[in-house]
Amino acid sequence: MSVKHPFVPWLIVAWAGYLLLPWYVQEDGFWSMVWLFDGYLADEYYTSAVFHGLQYDRPWLLPIALFLALPFMALRYPRQHPNYARILILAGAGGLGWLAVQGLLIGISGWEFTAFESTFGVLDQRQYGLGYGALLTAAGFLVILTSGLAAAGVMKGDVFVTSAIGTVILLVTLFVFYPVSQILVSAFQTEEGYLSAGAFAESFTSSKIWGLACLSDGRSCGVAWNSLFLATLTGLSTTLLGLAFALVVTRTGFRYKKSLRLLTVLPIVTPPFVIGLALILLFGRSGVVTQFTADLLGLEPGRWLYGLPGVWLAQLLAFTPIAFLVLIGVVEGISPAMEEASQTLRGSRWQTFRHVSLPLMRPGLANAFLIGFIESMADFGNPMVLGGNFEVLSTEIFFAIVGAQNDQGRAAVLAIVLLFFTLSAFFIQRKWLGKKSYTTVSGKAESGLPMQVNPALKWLSYGTAVPWALFTIVIYGMVMFGGFVANWGYDHSFTLKHYSDAFALSWGEFGLVWEGQAWDSLWTTLGISALSAPLTAAVGLLTAYLLVRQNFAGKNLFEFGTMLSFAIPGTVIGVSYILAFNVPPLELTGTGVILVICFIFRNMPVGVRGGIAAMSQLDKSLDEASLTLGANSFTTLRKVVIPLLRPAITAALVYSFVRAITSVSAVIFLVSAEHNMATSYIIGLVENGDYGIAIAYCSVLILVMLGAIAAIQFSVGERKLRSARTVKAKNNNKRLKEQLV
Amino acid sequence: MSLDYKAGSVVFNKVSKRFGQVSAIDNVSFTIEAGQLVTLLGPSGCGKTTTLRMIAGLEHPTEGQILIGDKDVTRLPATDRDVSMVFQSYALFPHMSVAENVAYGLMVSGTAKAEAIDKALEGLQLVGLAEYGNRLPSELSGGQQQRVAVARALVLEPEVLLLDEPLSNLDAKLRRYVREEIRDLQQQLGLTAVYVTHDQEEALAVSDQIIVMNKSVIAQQGTPRELYEQPVSAFVADFIGDANLIKAELQSREGDFARIDVGGVNVQVPHREQQSGAVTLAVRPDAVILHADPEVTALTGQVTHASYLGNQIQYTVDSELGELFVIDYRVDQPVARGSSVALDFNNRGLALVAA
Ligand SMILES: Nc1ncnc2c1ncn2[C@@H]1O[C@H](COP(=O)(O)OP(=O)(O)O)[C@@H](O)[C@H]1O
Ligand SMILES: [Mg+2]
Repeated sequence: MSVKHPFVPWLIVAWAGYLLLPWYVQEDGFWSMVWLFDGYLADEYYTSAVFHGLQYDRPWLLPIALFLALPFMALRYPRQHPNYARILILAGAGGLGWLAVQGLLIGISGWEFTAFESTFGVLDQRQYGLGYGALLTAAGFLVILTSGLAAAGVMKGDVFVTSAIGTVILLVTLFVFYPVSQILVSAFQTEEGYLSAGAFAESFTSSKIWGLACLSDGRSCGVAWNSLFLATLTGLSTTLLGLAFALVVTRTGFRYKKSLRLLTVLPIVTPPFVIGLALILLFGRSGVVTQFTADLLGLEPGRWLYGLPGVWLAQLLAFTPIAFLVLIGVVEGISPAMEEASQTLRGSRWQTFRHVSLPLMRPGLANAFLIGFIESMADFGNPMVLGGNFEVLSTEIFFAIVGAQNDQGRAAVLAIVLLFFTLSAFFIQRKWLGKKSYTTVSGKAESGLPMQVNPALKWLSYGTAVPWALFTIVIYGMVMFGGFVANWGYDHSFTLKHYSDAFALSWGEFGLVWEGQAWDSLWTTLGISALSAPLTAAVGLLTAYLLVRQNFAGKNLFEFGTMLSFAIPGTVIGVSYILAFNVPPLELTGTGVILVICFIFRNMPVGVRGGIAAMSQLDKSLDEASLTLGANSFTTLRKVVIPLLRPAITAALVYSFVRAITSVSAVIFLVSAEHNMATSYIIGLVENGDYGIAIAYCSVLILVMLGAIAAIQFSVGERKLRSARTVKAKNNNKRLKEQLV
Repeated sequence: MSLDYKAGSVVFNKVSKRFGQVSAIDNVSFTIEAGQLVTLLGPSGCGKTTTLRMIAGLEHPTEGQILIGDKDVTRLPATDRDVSMVFQSYALFPHMSVAENVAYGLMVSGTAKAEAIDKALEGLQLVGLAEYGNRLPSELSGGQQQRVAVARALVLEPEVLLLDEPLSNLDAKLRRYVREEIRDLQQQLGLTAVYVTHDQEEALAVSDQIIVMNKSVIAQQGTPRELYEQPVSAFVADFIGDANLIKAELQSREGDFARIDVGGVNVQVPHREQQSGAVTLAVRPDAVILHADPEVTALTGQVTHASYLGNQIQYTVDSELGELFVIDYRVDQPVARGSSVALDFNNRGLALVAA
């Protein structure tokens, strides 16, 4: 059943936001309700837009009422009348536009642009970030706009679908495109705030970025070259190693295949710098291996780990499982029939591998390489922990913002260079995969056994994969074990001190006291991750639904926009959020909200991908059956699509929860004293040399995540399409009625 | 019986539908009377499903107007139309029991739960599955699933019931049985039903009216008998029952009939406004009579293939008219492959068609 005027509830919401709720952001935090009891509408800081407009000299807020009044005129027409649609579109678009324009023009110190100051004179009044009131009013305007578009026939008149598309577009624009565009603006800005191409050219061509001194003399090269070199090296080596793993698991008689597959789970639950940390414990100046060989050979312990070799090694350990994961799918996807065909044509096993299997894997190999490349470019934790004098873009950006220089312009320029690299890789990948089809798996059930590789290749794969797997196990052993050692490299006695420092509990006067120093950041991390996980899953799956099930103009662009944030390194996101959300109209830095938002849009692409994959397997006629049975698209989504998507929902929840816990690069810019996250806290410990506590904290994080994964799996569960119920054929109508009513 | 049907008519008025550059339906007009079962028949890709989906509201026309029960529904979304559809794949919700599936449409449109379940059971009774309410769709056979899909569509008391190739997933034996069941149900309840199929035998068996479609347009609309006996075009003649299309000479017209020379044999058929000169004659395979004695008529041929099918023998005969496909029910008088025969025609199986 469709409601007669679906926008009316939202119009009421918008009016409430305008008349009754604080228009500007509340200093005490999103959840604080101080404003309600401490003056409310009477106080300038807590009052609503209409009072700001009438009483506090902010007349530019008054025209909003005009746009809010317009929709009432639409009610005079039936829904089919062209004027109905026209009025709603005018009101919605006008209202949103007005909100955006006034927000961007008038900021914390009056006019934002000097041109207006000279034309209209200095403005005494200032604006803060937008708050609840503005949020609701904007949401209302959006639905009014999309209702108008639906009435005009957009999306076959479906208000829910139109609103969903509008919402996703608005969110992606606000939280992906807008911040990234702020980087561009900032890169072109001089210190005085003028736009100038010269300023950009100057910092962009700096030899610190592009210098080639390392080729001619011993000095170091520019950070861009460092990053590019490291990323290429990591991409190549993770791909080869991943291929060796994939071949071992799928094409040999190796006995411990299951355990090898478990390795693919590791990077998901491991904060990226943990590997670096473990490497320090092994190969650092006071590492076990270093000390051992030093004693044995009488060598001075070296610092070789700090720099390119260490970072590369850490990335190889961290990202090989991802390449493995990608390639295992590709290798398994090669139809045995192809290989059998080659063999019946008298190809030897090596020839078959060389001329049939390998070419079929090419897109997979390219994909694995590009993922390794992008991950390496974006990696912040390992270079931070192990980089030494080897500087890469992601860390340089951090130091440009956080260091003594606090040079946002320079950070922006570096971010653009980094973005250029990753986006190029992203585009190449899409182009490459878009053009060629190597799919050999059809819907038909195929028989035939996958071909075993020839002995030489088999031993080569064993020789690389197995030692590497053992090495990985040692590394993780170090992580679990390192927290119980008193002082690494000097005093190897067993201790619980690190754990008690971090996680001590005691009974005090007022009950339980969270004494350990890690509790604060741990609870913040869990809270923010738990909040962002369902939101990420919701936005991701909704987007997937729109992409798979709906057709609309600009769909490709829409998809591209939602996937883009995958190719934007965390550091770049971090910088762009600081640049964009430090000042009104959206003043979010220092809050927990900005962390939640950041996680949603960084992790959304995976939810979208997973959702698309799962939804493509659901027959479209299920949705259509529901529609022809009189359910609207929202009911269809709720009652038919979502129940059938349980596995995808679980995956999206787990992934976004865990990623929120492990991510560092963006977070490190966005944390504040009040909202500190575990990873940035641990990085701080490492910088102070508190390896014991750091490693103890890491192990706890990993265990917490494994626990959470198990819990989510358990509570959301698998979908059930076959019942174990025994079916009684006779006379169960009455029972059925009782059961359903 | 509390199920109560108000059958509605369907009118297409110059409807076109384009997907980008592809024209799926091109300027199509037709009327489906209330209470009739009408099939949309045509080869794959001719636009049948698209037409059906436009009646359902799952697609909206690019141009033109659609009326259901005399109301203009051109822009009305599927949700708000009083039409329900049985999908080719049945589209039963796999996570709901059979009864929940059937009650779904009632529940989402706000019927109280108790009443919805009552009606669902009544619907299941209608298709003979009253005892299967508790099962999941995966626990039913293909034919039973199909009947659940029909029950689910029927309990909404739709003005129009749509069926998209409802038999295509059933095995051959079951097909005839189910199609008769659907036809009985439709007549018993007085429903308007639109039925899509590419199988001409199925169409002939169940329909009040058939709309034959070809390449996005309507080739002909009529009763099964009209289509078989008076096809307007070579396409329709060939698609509904096989036909040999033969170029012939119209010699003279007498009253409603035309005298035609077919390779030296004279036949009489209704002229249907064809003028003298070259015409195309559609000849049903069983309207060709073979004579073992090649001297009987002026038209002779040679048998190049013969297949025995139990109740009939199918021949391919090479003649001066070209290759002819012939069905002969005289299985006790077979003609050997390679023999020469004389050919003759039965007037009842002949029709003049536009080329
Ligand atoms: N959603 C769509 N997008 C693009 N082309 C379509 C779509 N649906 C149908 N078509 C095209 O319209 C034509 C008619 O299709 P359809 O109605 O499914 O034929 P039928 O059911 O008679 O086999 C075909 O050429 C088909 O490719
Ligand atoms: Mg079809």
